[in-house]
Amino acid sequence: MNVIAIVNYGVGNLKSISKAIDFVGGKAEITNDPKKVKNADGIILPGVGAFKSAMENLKPYADLIVNADVPVLGICLGMQLFASESEEGGLHRGLDIIKGRVVRFPDWVGKIPHMGWNQMEIVRDHEILDGVENKSFVYFVHSYHLVTEDKFVLTKTDYGIKFVSSVVKDNFVGFQFHPEKSGRVGLRILENFVKICKR
Amino acid sequence: MLAKRIIPCLDVTLNERGAMVVKGVEFVNLREAGDPVELAKRYDEEGADELVFLDITASPEGRRMMIDVIERTAEQVFIPFTVGGGIRSVEDINAILSAGADKVSINTSAVKNPEFVREASEIFGSQCIVIAIDCRRNYDLSRGENIVTLEDGRKAWYEVVIYGGRKPTGIDAISWAKRVEELGAGEILLTSMNRDGTKLGYDIPITRAISEAVNIPVIASGGAGRPEHFYEGFVEGKADACLAASIFHYGEYSIEEIKRYLEERGIPVRW
Repeated sequence: MNVIAIVNYGVGNLKSISKAIDFVGGKAEITNDPKKVKNADGIILPGVGAFKSAMENLKPYADLIVNADVPVLGICLGMQLFASESEEGGLHRGLDIIKGRVVRFPDWVGKIPHMGWNQMEIVRDHEILDGVENKSFVYFVHSYHLVTEDKFVLTKTDYGIKFVSSVVKDNFVGFQFHPEKSGRVGLRILENFVKICKR
Repeated sequence: MLAKRIIPCLDVTLNERGAMVVKGVEFVNLREAGDPVELAKRYDEEGADELVFLDITASPEGRRMMIDVIERTAEQVFIPFTVGGGIRSVEDINAILSAGADKVSINTSAVKNPEFVREASEIFGSQCIVIAIDCRRNYDLSRGENIVTLEDGRKAWYEVVIYGGRKPTGIDAISWAKRVEELGAGEILLTSMNRDGTKLGYDIPITRAISEAVNIPVIASGGAGRPEHFYEGFVEGKADACLAASIFHYGEYSIEEIKRYLEERGIPVRW
């Protein structure tokens, strides 16, 4: 049985993502055992909280995530951790999988955090978005966003400024929104991820 | 652009047959509406943008059984899920989040101990902490801090009430909203007792006043009976989300009908 490891590095509630993976036919395992993460058929890096403490807590898993040859999905802060660095709470180094910097929304865009349902504009075809319509609404909760090169950008979203709402590089894919909270659109994305992991 | 959110609310109690969604007028005359797990699933499928589950049992034994109901409800929904009712401690919040909720809604215990709002938002993050404010119009203007002009030109201030609307506190609702934002609340769920269960529409004067006074999202609650009430809540009340219960429970309007009505009038909604 293919297992998708949800890395439990001490951030937030992992139950939502775990039950969503199970719901779409995967087998999720919430784990803090680096061995289990290493042997999984797919890895999910969740994340709610602050960048700096997340990077500290992630240390035992950092190398095996960076060097993973299975699909890796980063969600929200989990996606931001892919970046080279973040400005949240001072400048901190990330996993440096995707060249770029995580920055705060400027105050003038509106209420911060950017919270609620917003649309994703698909700028590149990718199997993770199979069956997902352009401009679908997905659920966001975040104050920071990733600035990176166009070649990594999968979708963008408009919140006063157009920011990067998902990224892809090789076997790494990251979503700034929460697919596990994004209704049927989110479930479709997770189903695609499970399928990719099974190959 | 962010979609305006439509949020069905489940007021849940326990009876001899198990958990039951109920709804009353001004918090009394409760009428049964169905099984919370079934209703939650249905609303998710019908396009609800979020769900609010309020435990109105308020007894310790009921609370333990309710955790199980919350867990079974959370299993059915893949949209943001908020749980409120009788939350008094960090342990209560932990139990509810562990059962699968994404946010908690805190009401009476925030009023009694405002530091609890700060503590909860520091531990769990502001995005997790919704402060429910129940209020009622008070026409004794000598006691209010923020005087609001009502639809008919009369003036009143809005007093925070607790224990399900039974106990006035003397606290001005607008001042309280600003205070909870400072303390770290991530969202305000605003219910006017003058409108709750009446189907006369949201209490626009207070919804607007609080939406303009704070920089966190405001959920309008109490009084939705027709599609135009949602429109008024968003446009005149400047709310970020509109919550409703009986209009959906008893099949008077579907979520889709409400959203179509709003979209035709230029309100961004999520499909």
